[in-house]
Amino acid sequence: MSNYLILGAGPAGVIAAETLRKVDPSGSVTLIGDEPEAPYSRMALPYMLAENVGESGTHLRHGERHFDKLGIDIRQGRVNALDVGARSVALSDGSSVGYDKLLIATGSHTIRPPIPGMDLAGVENCWTLEDARKIAARAKPGSRVTLMGAGFIGCIVLEALAARNVDLTVIERDDRMLPRMMDNTGGQMIRRWCESKGVRVLVNTAVQGVSKSGEQLVLELAGGESLEADLVVCATGVKPNVDFLENTGIRVEDGIIVDNRLCTSVPNVFAAGDVAQGPDRTTGRQEVHAIQPTASEHGRIAARNMAGVDTPYGGSLSMNVLNTLGLVSSSFGAWDGVSGGSSTNAVDTLGYKYLRLEFEDDYLVGALALGLTQHVGVIRGLMQTRVPLGKWKARLIRDPHQLMSAYLECTQGVIA
Amino acid sequence: MHKALVIDPDKCTSCLQCEMACSFEHEGVFNPAKSRIKIFEFEHGKRSIPYTCTQCAEAWCMHACPVEAITVNLSTGAKEVNPDVCVGCKVCTIACPFGTVNYESDSGKVAKCDLCGGDPQCAEVCPTDAITYVEADWTGYDKMRDSAVRAHS
Ligand SMILES: Cc1cc2nc3c(=O)[nH]c(=O)nc-3n(C[C@H](O)[C@H](O)[C@H](O)COP(=O)(O)OP(=O)(O)OC[C@H]3O[C@@H](n4cnc5c(N)ncnc54)[C@H](O)[C@@H]3O)c2cc1C
Ligand code: SF4
Repeated sequence: MSNYLILGAGPAGVIAAETLRKVDPSGSVTLIGDEPEAPYSRMALPYMLAENVGESGTHLRHGERHFDKLGIDIRQGRVNALDVGARSVALSDGSSVGYDKLLIATGSHTIRPPIPGMDLAGVENCWTLEDARKIAARAKPGSRVTLMGAGFIGCIVLEALAARNVDLTVIERDDRMLPRMMDNTGGQMIRRWCESKGVRVLVNTAVQGVSKSGEQLVLELAGGESLEADLVVCATGVKPNVDFLENTGIRVEDGIIVDNRLCTSVPNVFAAGDVAQGPDRTTGRQEVHAIQPTASEHGRIAARNMAGVDTPYGGSLSMNVLNTLGLVSSSFGAWDGVSGGSSTNAVDTLGYKYLRLEFEDDYLVGALALGLTQHVGVIRGLMQTRVPLGKWKARLIRDPHQLMSAYLECTQGVIA
Repeated sequence: MHKALVIDPDKCTSCLQCEMACSFEHEGVFNPAKSRIKIFEFEHGKRSIPYTCTQCAEAWCMHACPVEAITVNLSTGAKEVNPDVCVGCKVCTIACPFGTVNYESDSGKVAKCDLCGGDPQCAEVCPTDAITYVEADWTGYDKMRDSAVRAHS
């Protein structure tokens, strides 16, 4: 009987535990997470803040005694150290737990810029359920809220804060919103849209420090302006939770390096989700794709390989979908193009619609879309199955909106 | 084995009865824009293809959902969205490589084919048998690969 240990009870860890139970019904499965909550999805937090769901609506699983019934031993604890020789982990309460196969699914933690005042009460992240509770307590209708960082996570939080009817200002250091998910055209369009909905957006703006004046927080901006706020929400990046791996020999770069079985550089130790730097389906390189679909795929595939069911992974795809105050945008793969590739786009500035496609040889390798909500998934389909586009490539370059027709004809063979 | 919607584009005349029936069944209105099965026309209407979810075995949408809003109906095999649980995050719409889960801004949730609980109305009303509901044993990908090979061989 194998003894499986999983660190981190987020989506990657939970899906791995359930998969292990399925493929190795007799193995023992232990899941250790440090948050004092039922396993939940971070990405559901914005919907709790928007008051679409209550706390339990963020839970990954809803069945009563779900983990008990599956025979998954779920414990609260923080792992401090890993001994790969002895195959055991040390917890902060002094106890230790052994394993035959280990999965590291510890995700990442938020980082704040190194400026004064980032530790003041009222400067919050939006990363954990506890963070969301703190934000909910301060973000009342009419309160002045400043959001630092307009990346993907920042923009999701923006949507949630706006739903709470706060007086919102967004500050981004880069020259546009979503610098890593949108090109200039898309980023500027989203910014105009947000401004038209009453959100103040400051790009090319650095916060130099935050201080307290009575009950108010005061942000000092480069250039001399200062800004008062009741709440500052910080969405300025994350780092993988890998501290406890020091001196284990496990290779870490941007995340834990894993092969196409999700195995780390040390045998019997696997990694999955936000903490893992695994194969990218389109580039073949190892990348961190800190998104829900990757966490779920990693969790499932790592578990199968841990249980000895050899399952190679085709790699994850960098992709995101976002709703900014009603404007839906998505990005896929190499949306910024590849060298020697070709590109096409269609822009409707007034209608807030944009579609950009990137090709390499005969294949679609990246895309950006604004205002597209129907059949978006075919972009993933065309990219991951690497269906040659044939004559459709030229047609798409003339009219990117032929995407669905191209997909149907290339994959379903309606017209020979 | 579960039954599946089997589509024969050669028989489709683009009459849109399926779209009407689908939108009426799910939304209570005859409005093709709200249908979960869609007819796509080629060559200016000379050919058309009805397109909807194949209830693929991989269930990309279901596995990607952060809050377990998509579950399998054990009697039909359909992957069904529970609108009371769905938070409208749209992750399933990009996770599904067939593009058959769509976001509906009116409801703020997603919609996909649920086989009408075992009595799919599109197949029921299709006058030419372009859509039938029969025993079949392919996964979505098998079917997609098969047709891709046919299209390019
Ligand atoms: C506000 C927000 C919105 C998001 N929106 C989207 C979205 O729209 N689409 C999308 O695809 N993704 C989104 N994401 C990202 C998505 O939530 C993550 O990709 C996903 O949670 C990764 O899952 P994971 O299991 O790898 O890590 P996590 O969910 O971070 O889980 C890891 C768990 O391990 C625990 N842990 C860490 N260290 C230790 C230790 N030493 N001992 C024990 N336990 C430990 C952590 O506390 C945590 O509970 C969003 C994230 C946030 C915060
Ligand atoms: S949109 Fe709804 S069904 Fe789809 S992944 Fe999000 S919560 Fe799940």
